[in-house]
Amino acid sequence: MNLLEISDLAVSVGNQPILRGIDLNVCAGEVHAIMGPNGSGKSTLANVIAGREDYQIDRGRIALEGQEITTLSPEERAHRGLFLAFQYPIEIPGVSNMEFLKAAVDSHARAAGDPEITAVDFMQMARSAAEQLGLNPEFLKRGVNEGFSGGEKKRNEILQMLILKPKVSILDETDSGLDIDALRIVANGISAFTNTINAVVLVTHYQRLLDHIEPDFVHVIANGSIVRSGDHSLALELEEKGYSWLEND
Amino acid sequence: MAGTDNNSLDGLVGRDYAAGFVTDIEADTLPPGLDEDVVRFISARKDEPEWLTQWRLDAYHGWLEMIEPSWGQVQFPAIDYQSISYYSAPSGDQPKTLDDVDPEILATYEKLGIPLHEQAALAGVAETQQRPPVAVDAVFDSVSIGTTFKETLREAGVIFCSFTEAVHDYPDLVRKYLGSVVPRGDNFFAALNSAVFSDGSFVYVPENTRCPMELSTYFRINERNTGQFERTLIIAERGAYVSYLEGCTAPMRDENQLHAAVVELIALDDAEIKYSTVQNWYPGDEDGRGGIYNFVTKRGACRGDRSKISWTQVETGSAITWKYPSVVLRGDDSVGEFYSVALTNNHQQADTGTKMVHLGKNTRSTIISKGISAGQSSNAYRGLVRMNPGAEKARNYTQCDSLLIGEKCAAHTFPYIESRRPDGIVEHEATTSRVSDDQLFLCRQRGIDPEKAVSMIVNGFCKDVFRELPMEFAVEAGKLLEVSLEGAVG
Repeated sequence: MNLLEISDLAVSVGNQPILRGIDLNVCAGEVHAIMGPNGSGKSTLANVIAGREDYQIDRGRIALEGQEITTLSPEERAHRGLFLAFQYPIEIPGVSNMEFLKAAVDSHARAAGDPEITAVDFMQMARSAAEQLGLNPEFLKRGVNEGFSGGEKKRNEILQMLILKPKVSILDETDSGLDIDALRIVANGISAFTNTINAVVLVTHYQRLLDHIEPDFVHVIANGSIVRSGDHSLALELEEKGYSWLEND
Repeated sequence: MAGTDNNSLDGLVGRDYAAGFVTDIEADTLPPGLDEDVVRFISARKDEPEWLTQWRLDAYHGWLEMIEPSWGQVQFPAIDYQSISYYSAPSGDQPKTLDDVDPEILATYEKLGIPLHEQAALAGVAETQQRPPVAVDAVFDSVSIGTTFKETLREAGVIFCSFTEAVHDYPDLVRKYLGSVVPRGDNFFAALNSAVFSDGSFVYVPENTRCPMELSTYFRINERNTGQFERTLIIAERGAYVSYLEGCTAPMRDENQLHAAVVELIALDDAEIKYSTVQNWYPGDEDGRGGIYNFVTKRGACRGDRSKISWTQVETGSAITWKYPSVVLRGDDSVGEFYSVALTNNHQQADTGTKMVHLGKNTRSTIISKGISAGQSSNAYRGLVRMNPGAEKARNYTQCDSLLIGEKCAAHTFPYIESRRPDGIVEHEATTSRVSDDQLFLCRQRGIDPEKAVSMIVNGFCKDVFRELPMEFAVEAGKLLEVSLEGAVG
């Protein structure tokens, strides 16, 4: 079943076209990788899917589980199971990670009409997710991304994913800024999270994350279009040859 | 904030001011206007001794010679002091006990969530252990209508009563300390208050006594076209400790109403006074109509060695706020603190801060100010740190942060530092930040709606100050911010 379906999506900022007609289908149980050179439109695609309002959608549609979400607010998309791990996670000083996560989890429960999780159950859930990512439980008491190292910020994004259990997770350059050990821990966390009813879209510049999480499909974006799709071997080919041979097509 | 989402950070809509109702009672209200007769009337009505009547009249004559201060970062049409009524009290005899109070008035406080029945307050304790009882002095327009837990406090030697009662029952204390921290002619509004003050609270904590419960005064303006001019006087003898809370609300009205209070605190050797305010006067509507002019003089004197005075304020209400709770650090090793959250929305204006005047040796002061501006409001921090020649090794730390929400609001910072000590240490840190679209988008992507997100971000910003509030007030303050920010995103 198609979890995420993007058809002919064209997006601009000001009068500058960024995406020029993207088609993408992501089914349950799949891992997709979206690769491409800097400035190709990868991050724009990730943000537009999540509902960031700084972009103008010129045409096309985005559907989640068969329902169009193109005009929904970011929070409605989140409640329907869409998650974006940010490339540059922002700080919210004075708001503890715990408080932030609880507010997020509660909002999902309310939207689904479920009762709120108790503080004790929530603590347990948060602690076990933190442990899985090799984070000290004290980490949960600190302000959201406040004074975190680059690697901690990225792990914090994955922590939020593990807790919110989205259907479709778009991970924007989650591997950047991670050292080899942290990369392995994060990759293991993502791998353990994937199952037959959810899907993960990895947006990345490099192939190194894909050594840990083998993608079912690899798509290459250049100049706002998907110029090639294939399996993992495409990523390896890119690693060897770079992007220029595709851009010049 | 290029490419701002116009639906998220702009556009302020009406806020929900829950305390905006009017209580329908009979009141004796003086006709508008101010002259010597009005001053004499108020004094006579309270059956005051001659010295106090004279004190008021001297203040009145001094006031006539003064002009309104114009240096504040606030703008308002000239106030017509002859159009204000200077005294309004519920009709009938002054109630002797709370049982005599008009049920309509009791219902008002109940609606505001202020427990005026000791029985009820105690029952509350039995239910939830974390809710310690708080003694309340309730001031309704110009008079105090009742004070709870007086007996319990008296057993500990603590005096907590209305100012009017204090003048009668403890004249020596009142005469000794009244105007000793804020002189009659200190400033225009203090002089006006000194002439026409009607009631307020009085606290006296004897030597080496720790006040057994939190004390609080709840100010309510009800009557139309009246001003509220109350005085609070708190005296902590050697080694005494008291924590005092103050709350304020008023009905929603189209015209502006004046509130000009004076608060004086005196701490002797080793005494400590902690004074917290949650100010939620009616702020006016979203177009800037109506609201309270809150022009207040608050000052504490650390007279004794090792004494400490700490002001904590959460200012969310009033059309205009003009106040600078200050500390004069006379005693050696004395400590002054000022923790402030001031939030302005719509067309509100605030010019607030503190003065820390270091006179004694090794005196220390801390200033933490958090200003939040939303809508088209203006929010200014104004603070003075002065180190006089005798203030050997005095130290001050000031941190002054501003948070902007939206594009049309303003934040200003006016720090004044006057150090006449080469060994004085003055540190000043200031930041200005915005609730950014990135922060908002992160929250929304995680499912949190924009209003909740902004309130969470603002609460996080204020954390250093909320920490200083008594537990119950901290929760209250957080909720209040949420309500005051309503419509700041939409």
